[in-house]
Amino acid sequence: MALKIIADECTSCGACEFECPNAAISAKGGVYIIKASGCTECDGDAPKCQAVCPTDGCIVQA
Amino acid sequence: MSSNVISLSSIARGRVAPAAEPTAPTGGCSSKSCGSDQGQGDMPAHIWDKVKDHPCYSEEAHHYFARMHVAVAPACNIQCNYCNRKYDCANESRPGVTSEKLTPEQAARKVAAVAAKVPQLSVLGIAGPGDSMFDWKKTSATFREVSKLLPDLKYCVSTNGLALPDHLDELAGHNIDHVTITINMVDPEIGALIYPWIYFKGKRYTGIEGARILHERQMEGLEGLTSRGILTKINSVMIPGINDQHLIEVNREIKARGAFLHNVMPLISDAAHGTAFGMSGQRGPKPAELKDLQDKLAGGANLMRHCRQCRADAVGMLGEDLSQDFTLDKLPEVAAAYDPEPRRLYREVVERERADRARAVEGAEAELADTVAEAPAKLVAVCTKGGGRINQHFGHAKEFQIFEVDAKGVRFSGHRKADNYCVGGYGDDDKLDIVLAALEGIDTVFVAKIGRCPKDDLKAAGIEAVDAYPFEYIETAVAGWYAQRFGQVSETADIA
Repeated sequence: MALKIIADECTSCGACEFECPNAAISAKGGVYIIKASGCTECDGDAPKCQAVCPTDGCIVQA
Repeated sequence: MSSNVISLSSIARGRVAPAAEPTAPTGGCSSKSCGSDQGQGDMPAHIWDKVKDHPCYSEEAHHYFARMHVAVAPACNIQCNYCNRKYDCANESRPGVTSEKLTPEQAARKVAAVAAKVPQLSVLGIAGPGDSMFDWKKTSATFREVSKLLPDLKYCVSTNGLALPDHLDELAGHNIDHVTITINMVDPEIGALIYPWIYFKGKRYTGIEGARILHERQMEGLEGLTSRGILTKINSVMIPGINDQHLIEVNREIKARGAFLHNVMPLISDAAHGTAFGMSGQRGPKPAELKDLQDKLAGGANLMRHCRQCRADAVGMLGEDLSQDFTLDKLPEVAAAYDPEPRRLYREVVERERADRARAVEGAEAELADTVAEAPAKLVAVCTKGGGRINQHFGHAKEFQIFEVDAKGVRFSGHRKADNYCVGGYGDDDKLDIVLAALEGIDTVFVAKIGRCPKDDLKAAGIEAVDAYPFEYIETAVAGWYAQRFGQVSETADIA
């Protein structure tokens, strides 16, 4: 139960990092990654990282 | 680098007459020229102080002073149909495009390096590549770092306005006295055609609902800036068939809320950019359509016509981009020690040149009024490297400055790019086609020098190249030519 970021699609804008309510997103090697153990998929709400991400299809089910 | 530095002997330019609008802060292209007026005129002293050296707020200043953008704010909270966040090209010059994102500390080093080499630098702006207000932590950290190194810079930010109401007091605290908001609509139904979604307070909103929230936040932000005495420029992207006529209403609404300047920019749309508008074939306006709209807006909020739609990491005078000379790998590890003296001297020289040019232009226009009674207004193109003079070879021109001339004087009308927003990659024949397209509706171009072949090519296309006024002030040359062509006393009319 977690989301992941497709590195090829990531623009490295970092919007998801500061919108993540669980601080599960961080920069690594020029793009951002989601720590699976921290991701709750926003507990049933629309995941905030997906809502703010400018690239469709960048953040998907792990 | 040297191409950016205007030689001191060549500076002086640009007629900027008293503004016609006594009720609002004066300025804008609604008068003789863009942005603020040449002289203080009836502008309150505190406003004149803010705009006189800002190249984006004063048409005259943009020939003397340079700006730089640092790309420290990549995150954005809305999606616009004219923006593709994945796109980057070093040869591309348009808003939102940048080649490298900087941390606030890197940005401060870059600013110090530029300030040491470009004495014209007067303004540091943060224009994304995302949204400076949404990515506020990085924006404010950058201003903090830079102000430690360079206390005499002016700061400005541009934003879509959605997060603006949250940071009004902090903006005032950072001594940021220029803010640009991009406002493309005041009607959410039109907004829904421009913005597919917005992200607000943890949720994505689409369609009219999203556009309405954006609109309300933009108006709240604009009013908040006005009440704090922060000068506001409104950028609007002109999108034919979607908001072109609507921008008249936008102009009225923003003026009512105290906007200082309105900058209507043409949509840049190309399928190769991968934007929604580019992919759907939405076209940008033609130069004549843009001018028509700008002329219709001339009675409203002050208009800006000299915008070059620069990159999120642009460096240098408007219309010129040195960002490739100041990439991260070329910066020193430690910020250069800052010496304010060259910049102080530069400002002194500019003050003198401004006064000299103003006198020359005044004389020229007085002559014009004497010699030309009734003649049609004419649009002419000028090749210039800046400094207000006809000082560029036709073959080097990547853009033309357009002036309108009649018996009342010579007025700046706008720029037309002749490089199709991309540098290089065109053969000579292609280039001529691009130039001819840029000069649509214009039959006279002033050049410092031109080869015989291109002169003949232009002639075949019905355009006369005038090379009789090399290195003269634009206004005196154009006025002299016009008086000679249309005046009754052609002998004495040659005042240039």
